[in-house]
Amino acid sequence: MMNRHGRPSDAGPASAAAETATLLGHRGLDHEEPLLFELGHDGRVGVDLPPCPAVQGRLGDLARRGPIGLPSLSEPQVVRHYVRLSRKNYSIDAGLYPLGSCTMKHNPRLNEKLARLPGFADLHPLAPPSTTAGAVELMGQLAHWLLTLTGMAAIALSPKAGAHGELCGLMTIRAAHAAKGEGASRRRVLVPESAHGTNPATAAYCGFTVESIPATADGRVDRAVLEARLGPDVAAIMLTNPNTCGLFEREIIELARAVHAAGGYFYCDGANFNAIMGRVRPGDLGIDAMHINLHKTFSTPHGGGGPGAGPVVLSAALAPFAPLPLVVARGDGHALIETAEGEAAASFGRITAFHGQMGMFVRALAYMMSHGRDGLAQASGDAVLNANYILAALDDVMTAPFAGPCMHEALFDDHFLDGTGVTTLDFAKAMIDEGYHPMTMYFPLVVHGAMLIEPTESESKESLDNFIAVLRHLAAAAKAGEAERFKAAPRLAPRRRLDETLAARKPVLRWTPPTLSKAAE
Amino acid sequence: MRYLPHTAADRAAMLETIGAADIEALFCDVPAAARLGAALPLPDHQGEMAVERAIAALAARNRHSGMLPSFLGAGAYRHHVPATVDHLIQRSEFLTSYTPYQPEIAQGTLQYLFEFQTQVALLTGMEVANASMYDGSTACAEAVEMARRLTGRNRVVLSGNLHPHYRAVVETLLRLHDTVVEALPPAPAGGEALAPALDQGTACVVVQYPDVFGHVCDFTALAAAAQACGALLIVAVTEVVALGALRAPGAMGADIVVGEGQGLGVGLNYGGPYLGLFATRTKFLRQMPGRIAGETVDAEGRRGYVLTLSTREQHIRREKATSNICTNSGLCCLAFTIHLALLGEGGFCGLAALNHARAVHLAERLAGIAGVTPLTARFFNEFAVALDRPAGPVVEALAARGILGGVPGSRLWPGLEGLDKVLLLCATETNTEDEIDALGVALEEILA
Repeated sequence: MMNRHGRPSDAGPASAAAETATLLGHRGLDHEEPLLFELGHDGRVGVDLPPCPAVQGRLGDLARRGPIGLPSLSEPQVVRHYVRLSRKNYSIDAGLYPLGSCTMKHNPRLNEKLARLPGFADLHPLAPPSTTAGAVELMGQLAHWLLTLTGMAAIALSPKAGAHGELCGLMTIRAAHAAKGEGASRRRVLVPESAHGTNPATAAYCGFTVESIPATADGRVDRAVLEARLGPDVAAIMLTNPNTCGLFEREIIELARAVHAAGGYFYCDGANFNAIMGRVRPGDLGIDAMHINLHKTFSTPHGGGGPGAGPVVLSAALAPFAPLPLVVARGDGHALIETAEGEAAASFGRITAFHGQMGMFVRALAYMMSHGRDGLAQASGDAVLNANYILAALDDVMTAPFAGPCMHEALFDDHFLDGTGVTTLDFAKAMIDEGYHPMTMYFPLVVHGAMLIEPTESESKESLDNFIAVLRHLAAAAKAGEAERFKAAPRLAPRRRLDETLAARKPVLRWTPPTLSKAAE
Repeated sequence: MRYLPHTAADRAAMLETIGAADIEALFCDVPAAARLGAALPLPDHQGEMAVERAIAALAARNRHSGMLPSFLGAGAYRHHVPATVDHLIQRSEFLTSYTPYQPEIAQGTLQYLFEFQTQVALLTGMEVANASMYDGSTACAEAVEMARRLTGRNRVVLSGNLHPHYRAVVETLLRLHDTVVEALPPAPAGGEALAPALDQGTACVVVQYPDVFGHVCDFTALAAAAQACGALLIVAVTEVVALGALRAPGAMGADIVVGEGQGLGVGLNYGGPYLGLFATRTKFLRQMPGRIAGETVDAEGRRGYVLTLSTREQHIRREKATSNICTNSGLCCLAFTIHLALLGEGGFCGLAALNHARAVHLAERLAGIAGVTPLTARFFNEFAVALDRPAGPVVEALAARGILGGVPGSRLWPGLEGLDKVLLLCATETNTEDEIDALGVALEEILA
């Protein structure tokens, strides 16, 4: 059976494969592409190196003896390989990317251009200080923007990503407790059950015992339970605000007071700072430490899973314990402190080589300067507006577990699919056939079959209207009994559903030459 | 504002659908006391020209490695990156995609991660590799944590010739746990004896190859000694290009190899973003941290790739995960893997040979200079020399003459006696013979 676009609408895998069978497996613009290792042939090369002078080698008996086994290709072959691979990816440049909690917003190309200026991109991290004043000044200006936006006292720029920032924050807190002689006694960290997985993982990695705090019926942390769990053995609470249900924690100021009264510190997961930037300062909420995902809030590109950047802002109480290196204000400019002396004497140590994600600092500063204070506040306002628009426009066909308004992301559960035979996963995969990347699925864990939609401020009203129309169409199809169509989805992507169980049960994690893999059998 | 699509009419129509008076009303859950009353003391939005002018002015205040002859190494290396690399990594589909959580529409990312893992396993001589960590130093700390989990032991031995930043990152992390760290003193002239430091309580011993002073050492005997007492050998490689000329750590018996992949494709970037490499043996796979791409089939039986073994990871295991790491260094992996694909077997080994030749010429040029004593007999593309005076002021004097003449020991080991006269020097394919001679002449004049 064909739909009105001439595509099979309910065909199973076998017939779909037959209809699209081609000699080489290509499907129009979607080319099958072998692995690099299957393309290479001896004798080809993709670079022309200058001649190598003969020298008296100094490697001794450690010179490599055999070949490595790398494939050899020419430049045009390499270009074609990666261009073909690229076309199998969804991207924010090509379409709305509604991954809740991940914040896929527009990535301005100006920022890419500036990060590639040789003065930054070709600067060695251990170059003499007399040659790096501009880099330190850029870090200082970034620090100034972030401290002004958050209302905090100090900043550690070096964390490499959000989870690394969490680690940095908790290590700072541990050092502060140790300085008061309470390092050994404060061993517990309280984490709401709606938290990102990195929060409990970080606390455990840091040597703390993790305790989960339940959510209330309105999607917020249960203040009564949290206050009852506070005590002289609690080091910190880790709270995300706005939280992962897309809601602002209304009692956050009271929570902060309670934690401080019990002698603990308040760590905030700043993954959702993009919802409140330019409107609310975390420092005014009583937060002691918060990481900022520059790749979310300040739009440095996600790059298929990184690199990120996770600077941590600190309260005055925690500032002395920040890791090295530190960028501090000095006279008219800024200085880089690399040793535990003077104002850094109480630093808890070093969490990475060198100074942090400089390339991301340049992009984030360019983003902030481009927006300005007015644009940043408008961006957070539009992000919240867009999420609420989606929540309102889908309210009658999908089910939202919590009453609005929401902040920057709209959360739905799977009750609207009850009795349809369609799961959240099926619904998400059907979105792929309609041309959309799915929303975040099954997170947060506190909501059954969660679908977390974050449109960001980058989407126009027309774009949102199309997206809403698609979700309404799919919700209606599910309720109309078209479960088979959902189970078979995606049918129009470069791949049908992939067997993840097989991948985990019989791990194949690298290419092996055919002769070797035969011998191993 | 050029990045925000809504017109006033759009916003009004959307607010009407929502049933809110204005955007401010959507923030009603924020306590009034927490809402900003006054505008922040920051400038308003600016156009591209103004932003570019301001940030380019900061870049212009740096004197970077392309402007001046550079002999800087010590954990970050300047190599020529073919133009193809940056062109390809800026394709929207790579640059602006997320972690490949929906594999049906992320096969591009997943396949290059699978290819990357294969390349890393081949270079290091190991069986499996992950899809990258933040950088070499954090990968090194993760390897130590992995060894502690695998052995159930709490004593860690660190070579004195491990890059001091790597050592500091490991020590900072291990201070969180009841761990005994035995870090040997730096041995600029080499000849460190690590085997005697191992015992039955040792989880792992960490060495660098080539080490921070450039020495290349055979760890085969150390691997055997570690195995004899049930400890793991972790080898850290800060200059990945060295693996084109040197025996692979896996061939010497390493259990975990970590590395800094910045030298291929990524660039200097004043220290980040970089690329952590992580490889190990198949039998340790379930304790390996980080993302891993694996091969599988789709519903039509076609080969495809997914993120796999995620039951090790934080988003599934939460506080029981092998690590808290979430982000990898995806785009840097891509740059690395494209650069290595262009080089191929011959190009990569040829590049390594060229690096070695340049460094040998540099060593020969400096050998006869009064006040310069070579410390590294066997090396790849960097080595240490002892000067007859503190190296810090000499490096600044060289910078004043327009030469980035190495990393002084005082920068890496501040306050450590004897190290202040040590100078770390590196030469790569980007250094010309003229530059090498210019450094020699300048050093002769400064040390005269």
